[in-house]
Amino acid sequence: MTLNRRHFLQVTAGATAAGVVGFPHIASSAGTKKVVVIGGGTGGATAAKYLRMADPSIEVTLIEAEEYHYTCYLSNEVLSGDRKLESIKVAYDGLKKHGINVVKAKATAIDGDAKKVTVDTGDTFIYDRLIVSPGVSLDYSKIEGYSAEAAQKIPHAWKAGEQTKILRSQLEAMKDGGTVIISAPPNPFRCPPGPYERASQVAHYLKQHKPKSKVLILDSKDKFSKQGLFTQGWTDLYGYGTDNSMIEWVPAAEGGKVISADAGNMQIIAGDLEDEHTADVINIIPPQKAGQIALDAGLADESGWCPVNKKTFESSLIPNIHVIGDACIATKMPKSGYAANSQGKVVAVAVAAALSGKEMVEPSYVNTCYSIIGEDYGISVAAVYRLDGDVIAPVKGAGGLTPKDATAEHRKREVQFAYSWYDNIVQDSFN
Amino acid sequence: MRNKTLKYALLLVSGFALSSPVWAENECPDYDKARGAMLANTCAGCHGTNGASVGPASPIIGGLSAETISETMKAYKSGDRPSTIMGRIARGYTDEEIDAMAGFFCEQKFVPAKQEVDAEKAEAGKELHDKYKCEKCHEEGGTIDVDGSSIIAGQWKAYLAYELSDFQEKHRGMPKKMKRAMKKLLKQDADARLEQIIEYYASQQ
Repeated sequence: MTLNRRHFLQVTAGATAAGVVGFPHIASSAGTKKVVVIGGGTGGATAAKYLRMADPSIEVTLIEAEEYHYTCYLSNEVLSGDRKLESIKVAYDGLKKHGINVVKAKATAIDGDAKKVTVDTGDTFIYDRLIVSPGVSLDYSKIEGYSAEAAQKIPHAWKAGEQTKILRSQLEAMKDGGTVIISAPPNPFRCPPGPYERASQVAHYLKQHKPKSKVLILDSKDKFSKQGLFTQGWTDLYGYGTDNSMIEWVPAAEGGKVISADAGNMQIIAGDLEDEHTADVINIIPPQKAGQIALDAGLADESGWCPVNKKTFESSLIPNIHVIGDACIATKMPKSGYAANSQGKVVAVAVAAALSGKEMVEPSYVNTCYSIIGEDYGISVAAVYRLDGDVIAPVKGAGGLTPKDATAEHRKREVQFAYSWYDNIVQDSFN
Repeated sequence: MRNKTLKYALLLVSGFALSSPVWAENECPDYDKARGAMLANTCAGCHGTNGASVGPASPIIGGLSAETISETMKAYKSGDRPSTIMGRIARGYTDEEIDAMAGFFCEQKFVPAKQEVDAEKAEAGKELHDKYKCEKCHEEGGTIDVDGSSIIAGQWKAYLAYELSDFQEKHRGMPKKMKRAMKKLLKQDADARLEQIIEYYASQQ
């Protein structure tokens, strides 16, 4: 009850400040359900939009620190130069057209008891339901010598934008015959095939402009997503497996796990034997956890990720808060853009149902993920998921990878469908 | 008549033979709306919100008849129709789920693709459409989905090209009448004629 009174008082205060015109506003907003969404990435944007589509009477506020969003997906093509950074830049005008109140601010605190979000400007937002879609935070502490500051020289480029730009200009400035190190993180992390698509796109650039150069992948794992298809693609395009291969992959078992980084000397130490590697360009994709606000709010468990109800994405730790996208533990669903988009739609239905006291329809989820290995060379993985007990489980006999014996025409079409995927997921999430 | 006038007016002004036909609304079966929307929304990441794909290759599926969506998905599922990825996805749904999705897409508006077209080729394509009686099944210039004919007017060019290529390469089967018409159509200047007919369907926006 206290909450309601506080809520009412706050609305009243706002309306008084706005003058008498505010009176009808009080009348209508007193019964209006309020949903706050933290994070304007793919998950948060989709949830906000689909919530308004599901029930236009719900007042939706999206809190996002940046004025523009740079999609992580297809940012590897910016590194190869096949795409400009501008082409992956998304504004929030499209969401505003859905009647979403987009607030440019950084969420700094969540009070689950008072159902209140505080932002860096000091403003507070009261919610009936909160959707948190904060993406990942980078855990620099796991690699000695690596930090947000060191990332200016040794970029992670795992959040697109300025970091992508730094890595791209380093690749452009590099001499022919140089070495590029990409350090791939341990599971789980955002975009499982991403480091390997990145190695492919960097090799694609080097092959055209600096053919004596090499990419060295130092991996914290012994196997990786779409491995067979990447290996096949690298063999077809970059001489993988030969002495002249442009790509070399070092698994954890052979000393691939990066222990420390020295940005001053452009040196990496990796593996149990502490092998030293120097390179001209170093890209460290560090271990990851749920986005900072989720960690600060106590939405994550000891794993660093957020446990949720798999049907509604409501937090298992704090009621009335839903966590979606990379930050949540979605069991078999990967941390991908398409998964975040799909979860955004499920959570929109769950929240709309909860606010109207109705039963939620059975959820359905999909993931589709493309990787572009080189010119006219696309591969994909897809899955349809159902709720099976407490697991979001892929439907057996469906989904899976591009066949290994796919024709050249098939792989060429997959590139065009990857671009269609991009245009449509951006439209579907942000416009 | 109005369409034709408009077409020529636009042709003169912009150099494009764009026409603006009306895409008729479908008659749609009853379906579980909440379930249909939940299932169909999973498609939107590749096919656009409400199936209105913004291209350049994923087809527009919003506004197709329930029959077309159901039959197409079931053909992908069984492997009767070739695909890069759709077979893998279609196998994830039961026939009942596919029918619910089909109900949802049937009720959506078909939003034609905004794409550049070559006016001359589109004009030639229209003549081919008439001459080879494509109109018999793809009525009103391909804007109406009758008996699972799908809507081909206003569809993305890359998608139309893929499908026509699959028909030609015999990866995808055709009804007998279509097979005969295609054989005659492509007897000479096959590549040029395919391009013209694609430009014609794409010119309807």
